[in-house]
Amino acid sequence: MKFSEKWLRELVDPATDTQGIADQITMAGLEVDEIIPVAGQFSGVVVGEILSAGPHPNADKLQVCQVTDGSETFQIVCGAPNARGGLKTAFAKVGAVLGAADGSSFKIKKAKLRQVESFGMLCADDELGISDNHAGIMELAEDAPVGTDLREYLGLDDAIIDVDLTPNRGDCLSIAGLAREVGVLNKAPVNYVDVEFVVPTIEDTLPITLEDPEGCPRYQGRIIRGVDMTAKTPLWMVEKLRRCGIRSIDPVVDVTNYVLLELGQPMHAFDLAKLSGGIVVRKAKPAEKLTLLDGNEVTLTENTLVIADNDNAVAMAGIFGGEATGVTAESKDIFLECAYFNPINIAGRARSYGLHTDASHRYERGVDWQLQRKATERATQLLLDIVGGEVGPVVEAVSEEHLPTATTVTLRQSKVNQVLAFEMPALEIEEILTRLGMTVERSADGEWSVAVPSYRFDISIEVDLIEELARVYGYNNLPVKVPTAELNMIANDESKVTLNRVRAQLVGRGYQEAITYSFIEKGLAAQFDDKHEAKALANPISAEMAVMRTSIWPGLTKALQYNQNRQQARVRLFETGQRFLPEGDQLIQENVVAGLICGPRQSEGWSADNTPVDYYDLKGDVESLLALGGCADQFSFVAERHVALHPGQSAAIQRNGKTVGFMGALHPELVKSLGLAGPVFLFEIVQSELLDGGLPRFSSLSKFPESRRDLALLVNESVAFEELRAVALQHGGEYLQAVTLFDVYQGKGVEPGQKSIALGLTWQHPSRTLNDEEINEVIDFVVSALKNEFGATLRV
Amino acid sequence: MENIQILLAEGKQAAEQATSAQDLDQVRVQYLGKKGHLTQLLKGLGALSAEERPQAGAKINEAKQALQDVLNARRTSLEAAALDAKLAEETIDVTLPGRGQSLGGLHPVTKTLQRIEEFFARIGYSVAEGPEIEDDYHNFEALNIPSHHPARAMHDTFYFNANTLLRTHTSGVQVRTMETQQPPIRIICPGRVYRCDYDQTHSPMFHQVEGLIVDKDISFADLKGTLEQFLREFFEEDVKVRFRPSYFPFTEPSIEVDIDRGDGKWMEVLGCGIVHPKVFESSNIDPEQYTGFAFGMGVERLAMLRYGVNDLRLFFENDLRFLGQFN
Repeated sequence: MKFSEKWLRELVDPATDTQGIADQITMAGLEVDEIIPVAGQFSGVVVGEILSAGPHPNADKLQVCQVTDGSETFQIVCGAPNARGGLKTAFAKVGAVLGAADGSSFKIKKAKLRQVESFGMLCADDELGISDNHAGIMELAEDAPVGTDLREYLGLDDAIIDVDLTPNRGDCLSIAGLAREVGVLNKAPVNYVDVEFVVPTIEDTLPITLEDPEGCPRYQGRIIRGVDMTAKTPLWMVEKLRRCGIRSIDPVVDVTNYVLLELGQPMHAFDLAKLSGGIVVRKAKPAEKLTLLDGNEVTLTENTLVIADNDNAVAMAGIFGGEATGVTAESKDIFLECAYFNPINIAGRARSYGLHTDASHRYERGVDWQLQRKATERATQLLLDIVGGEVGPVVEAVSEEHLPTATTVTLRQSKVNQVLAFEMPALEIEEILTRLGMTVERSADGEWSVAVPSYRFDISIEVDLIEELARVYGYNNLPVKVPTAELNMIANDESKVTLNRVRAQLVGRGYQEAITYSFIEKGLAAQFDDKHEAKALANPISAEMAVMRTSIWPGLTKALQYNQNRQQARVRLFETGQRFLPEGDQLIQENVVAGLICGPRQSEGWSADNTPVDYYDLKGDVESLLALGGCADQFSFVAERHVALHPGQSAAIQRNGKTVGFMGALHPELVKSLGLAGPVFLFEIVQSELLDGGLPRFSSLSKFPESRRDLALLVNESVAFEELRAVALQHGGEYLQAVTLFDVYQGKGVEPGQKSIALGLTWQHPSRTLNDEEINEVIDFVVSALKNEFGATLRV
Repeated sequence: MENIQILLAEGKQAAEQATSAQDLDQVRVQYLGKKGHLTQLLKGLGALSAEERPQAGAKINEAKQALQDVLNARRTSLEAAALDAKLAEETIDVTLPGRGQSLGGLHPVTKTLQRIEEFFARIGYSVAEGPEIEDDYHNFEALNIPSHHPARAMHDTFYFNANTLLRTHTSGVQVRTMETQQPPIRIICPGRVYRCDYDQTHSPMFHQVEGLIVDKDISFADLKGTLEQFLREFFEEDVKVRFRPSYFPFTEPSIEVDIDRGDGKWMEVLGCGIVHPKVFESSNIDPEQYTGFAFGMGVERLAMLRYGVNDLRLFFENDLRFLGQFN
């Protein structure tokens, strides 16, 4: 909310400057966003009147004006198109000092413009720092007193303070509310505006029916007949409204807005002639339509509270008036509305129509439910002053049972001490709460009964009062300490690998961590996953961020694209985070670790391996992760297709036979369609499988030598190494310790369709040396098993 | 016998002049071998009298030993020279870059998160995590933000349907923790959060760390002390810290914390407050018996301040030239 400092000071005038007030209220929880001077720094500018404006002899666009300051007449050359005889405007006399936009200032001197002398300058808004308007020189009111200092006349020694109020402080959405707070902080008295009840001069009334007393427990209305819509809103009111961010419209609307700003009570005026019958406050009917004051037609939802006449909805209660019944320049008689709406019946409604108005902003947060009569009378008084008319009596429809009840809260000294770790003196407690408008009574020893005023919707329990005490006392004046707690051990499961360890491993292997958005483009998601329909946001920010990722791969691939477009040939990225898998009507939110590599195996260098990475580079990295938990032998890689991967270079990563991840080469079609320089290799593994490791377990070491035999085998190229290994292990006897692969060869000397595989087998007995006969026997067994299973032959 | 000294002198000279192990071996054979000049002298002892023999023998042996010493010294020096020459040949350019995989690095958000987690882990906080797609109850209702509450407008929530949304803060994790655990509770909840807002200073996805401590007699003073210490340790500077009243539906009193790093400008860095009794009630913790405080901070914001990053969007572009600056 923006407010005028000067207006505030009419109510409460502490001995502190603008910044002082801003700091005070900021530190009391009313955060000041900005302080904007109402006008720039200038002096020597007065209200001038143009007596005559004639053509310039040497320039088409300039005029020569005779301008008076009330006592003398000056010749001024002026280029503004609106300079004309009779206009009252801002007149900077010779010697006046104006500020420039860059903060410097300059003095007005006698000048010659195209051979014609000019004794001063007529000013536009922007030249005085009042607004950005440079369309012409200022147009002041006809009754502006010629010769008066402009700063004084317009009250320009003022600042606009923009305060960002939190939703709990609806009571400060008015000058009166802000003044109350400033008064409390400064222990200064507040001069609230005096409101006298206007004595009705006519007896005309409209019947009011509350069909939804819960939503609208109080509705007041008054008829004013014979208003003069040609009257102008007085300058002081226009200026106050402007400084609070509200544009002047017509005197009736201006008055209702003025009361809204002054007291915090939204009001509305109807053109009486356009209302049919009486006022009915009710919920909207199905598909009921209403054209709002801004000209837009809305279809109302049935949970919307409306003000209706006997035929139609005429306003959206507490949010926006209707166009058909609004006050216009032709209006003669008006019906003034002032109501209390239950916040729950207004909250969220404006937003559901894409609306946000000064009225809805206040009603959502809660308007003082005892304020309506005062506001009605205040508005009446102002209207009579400006547009005149005959005033009818105030008619009120009220449902007492639906009005809020006065809140009384018990406050214990012990709780204050506990929460604030500080024994606030009882007298101070009583004093602060009283200044805040509460009625404080001692109900027992160390206990008070505190009656909360009707404008404080945010106070209903004890801690609310403690917050008020802390706030007014000053958060920074309260004591500081650190918690004391029992030194309990925190469990530390040794079999767990930490995610940070996994990250460190990848960093050690040259990966850079990335963080990509969790929401991605729908089409992209489908290209990487044909098994899940990615969960879609109802209100995405853009099509690129529309569905929840079912894999990290699309994000990493986009990051690769981004970097390749910036000449980064070698990319190694990883990311940890959740993926979102819809499975039936369940949603699995699962943490995964994913990585991507592309480009040369090593960074460019004098002895670097510059060959492009392949499947086995990535596999080495993945295996190093799987080994972290000490359970590498539980994992295996099984050739399996994946929609995003090359069908011949794609593996499911399994743990004890269950798929826990995938890895492989990005499908060449995807590489092409995403415009990437491939090949690209990717992995993604469920995080928990990497983190769940095991405890090491000792087994005794053999003192006897190991024996090794190497086998060079020829097999069909489709035979997987893991299959060979499994058979070798199975038939290698109890003392076979390891089967290692030390060569794979295809090419000269090996028939096409075949491959040569070289295995090293190592045996060791725990308690004796194995002899050659034993080894030869078992190796024959292995060879014949390999022959039977795979048609493997020994290479000679 | 004067021969001995001459032979010895000759032998020594030959040894000194030898330039290889082979030369040296020749000298040894020539003087000390079975038929060597000095060895031969021993054979001439028989011609001497029994009285003269021991003295002459001793002299010869002395000479032999002296030559042997010279030979040994020369051998050592020749070996050392050979080694030096070999080593000199093997000299390399030690400034050439090393071989192998270059080091990657962590994302600055992760670095910052890890740092924050560590400060709190050291004083007994555990890390708790929760789902990012959250239900309305845990994100709002249980935190005293009913559906009509104006505070919902501050959250700019991404929805899937009326009841399912992307969490707007990690406070839901606190609720989930309190549902299953009785005090004392000390947790921090790091993670991704989402708000429907995108411009230079707002990202639709960012990271938060929230903390919660619940115990007997936890006070406003404890909150101030903990967060003041944290901010000073995090920035490793004697930052000025101020506590400003604010409003969050789930804390009362509510506080925003501003810091001034010496330039006279206050910058908002985190929000916090004393846990609202209604939050305790929805988690079945007795608000008369226990009190607690909660705090929440934006990780990107802290990383920006700490490392001087000037554009929030850089964190999610994953430009290697940016990421590499934090390695």
